Amino acid sequence: MILTIGIQAILAVIMISFVFSLAALHTWIERKQSALMQDRIGANRAWIRLPWWWARPINWLLQPFNVLGLFHPIADAIKMFMKEDYIPPASNKFLHTLAPCLSLFFALVGFAAIPFGNTIAIGGHVINLQVANINVALLYIFAMASMGVYGVVLGGFSSNNNYAVLGGLRASAQMLSYEIVIGLTIMGIVMIYGSLNLQELVRAQGSYLFGWIPLWGVLLQPVGFLLFLAAGIAETKRIPYDAPEGESEIVGYFVEYSGMKFGMFFFTDYLETIMIACLATTLFFGGWQVPYLAASGFLFPWGAALALPPLAVSLLQILSFILKVLFFCWLFMTIRWTLPRFRYDQLLRLGWHYMFPLALANLFITAVIVLWVLS
Amino acid sequence: MGAVVIRTKVVQRPELNFWERLYFPEVFRGVWLTSTHFFKNLTLHAFHALGLFRRIAAAVTIQYPEQLWKLPSRSRTRHRLTKREDGSPRCVACMMCETVCPARCIYIVAEEHPDPHIEKRPRSFTIDLGKCVYCGFCVEACPEDAIRMDTKIIDTSAYSREGMVLDIKELLNPTGVPKTL
Repeated sequence: MILTIGIQAILAVIMISFVFSLAALHTWIERKQSALMQDRIGANRAWIRLPWWWARPINWLLQPFNVLGLFHPIADAIKMFMKEDYIPPASNKFLHTLAPCLSLFFALVGFAAIPFGNTIAIGGHVINLQVANINVALLYIFAMASMGVYGVVLGGFSSNNNYAVLGGLRASAQMLSYEIVIGLTIMGIVMIYGSLNLQELVRAQGSYLFGWIPLWGVLLQPVGFLLFLAAGIAETKRIPYDAPEGESEIVGYFVEYSGMKFGMFFFTDYLETIMIACLATTLFFGGWQVPYLAASGFLFPWGAALALPPLAVSLLQILSFILKVLFFCWLFMTIRWTLPRFRYDQLLRLGWHYMFPLALANLFITAVIVLWVLS
Repeated sequence: MGAVVIRTKVVQRPELNFWERLYFPEVFRGVWLTSTHFFKNLTLHAFHALGLFRRIAAAVTIQYPEQLWKLPSRSRTRHRLTKREDGSPRCVACMMCETVCPARCIYIVAEEHPDPHIEKRPRSFTIDLGKCVYCGFCVEACPEDAIRMDTKIIDTSAYSREGMVLDIKELLNPTGVPKTL
């Protein structure tokens, strides 16, 4: 009993440290990737250099971090913590403090249900590489994601600022509209694989079409994947769907926040991006599946085989999951720095007039095909 | 009174075609464009780190204090006072620059010149760079070519307002570092 709890606690610590470090790294990725996309260099002035002669080897080790600007996330964190935490006098102080905590909390708890590897056997214990093996993991994640809107709405509402209220309202309308699209696209996957358990969904994606094409969700649901991607970016409230924030028009629901409370909203954005990347990986890109990698090692379709120890297989699967998540993070960042913002009416029209009917049609066609195949 | 004819120009707004209105293909085109830049620059940066292809720039950024830019020869930079052959200021304290200065940042105190052929010379010549707008009128007004703005010193900064004031010694022998190639 205690052992089980301990193992789950360790898994939770691993997951949360991975997610937190990736989110902190996102500030660096955002700066550097946008710089490279726009032929710039990007932030590279936060240097740590020790003045003593005996620290030369340490300085030599720090130099690549200095040049790459990898200390900027630390500088950001220091700035966030040192700034004055201003609570507007006319605001509702309790809700004003609660809102960023709610945002961050609901963005974080969803990660508990993401499987980042297959089962791994250590010392006779079979560990499922998933913090919480919930049967209805998909529903759980979407419940938590929709709860996240409360943080945003409360943040806008409690600030006693018209622009913040506007931002909160926009955010709630946008997230409600796009959650429906996400739910409908997910249903296609659920119907095909017949499970709401994410670990089961990933295992089901390990089969092959004609013996050599990995049967990932993206092959069975290409339209669903595109819709999920588009609606998923809308869920993260980042450009091109950043009308709730709208840096250049209304500063958005966090206009009255400063210091680390603003930082928490900022962090939530990145966490949601990672969450959508994790979901896209898990549902449509085979999660931790590596093509042609079975439990005993690689089994290539042309007959060759490469035996691997179980631990190496597990590590490869975890690496595959991380790489896929990083790819999606890169893709979201590229989209964020490529497209301009939708106008608010365009945003809702896109959601309700185009994506919602498309998702319904996709669901209907999938249902017919699934019925036809089953009968 | 003749009728007023307003000339109008009809601007043809570009119409989006079917594929552009679908939006998704255009998204892919945009992502393709930006990611080609991304990967090209990433590869170049990687090569630069290995010491290869240094000639091809991976970014248009000029990292200013370390990396300098060639200033155009006409650019107006910090002022200096030119000298005669004996090292004394060429300025005759005619007050032309002080008069023309739109920011009123030049302060001249004149005194008699020991040489009877020259009427006056400046006892003090002060420019308050905190007020100067770098218009260059003083240079154009000067009948003696005594003031020029060609020091190529562009990083004028100080911790106080008094620090921005240049006296005649500083103007005759600028101590700033020219920031150009």
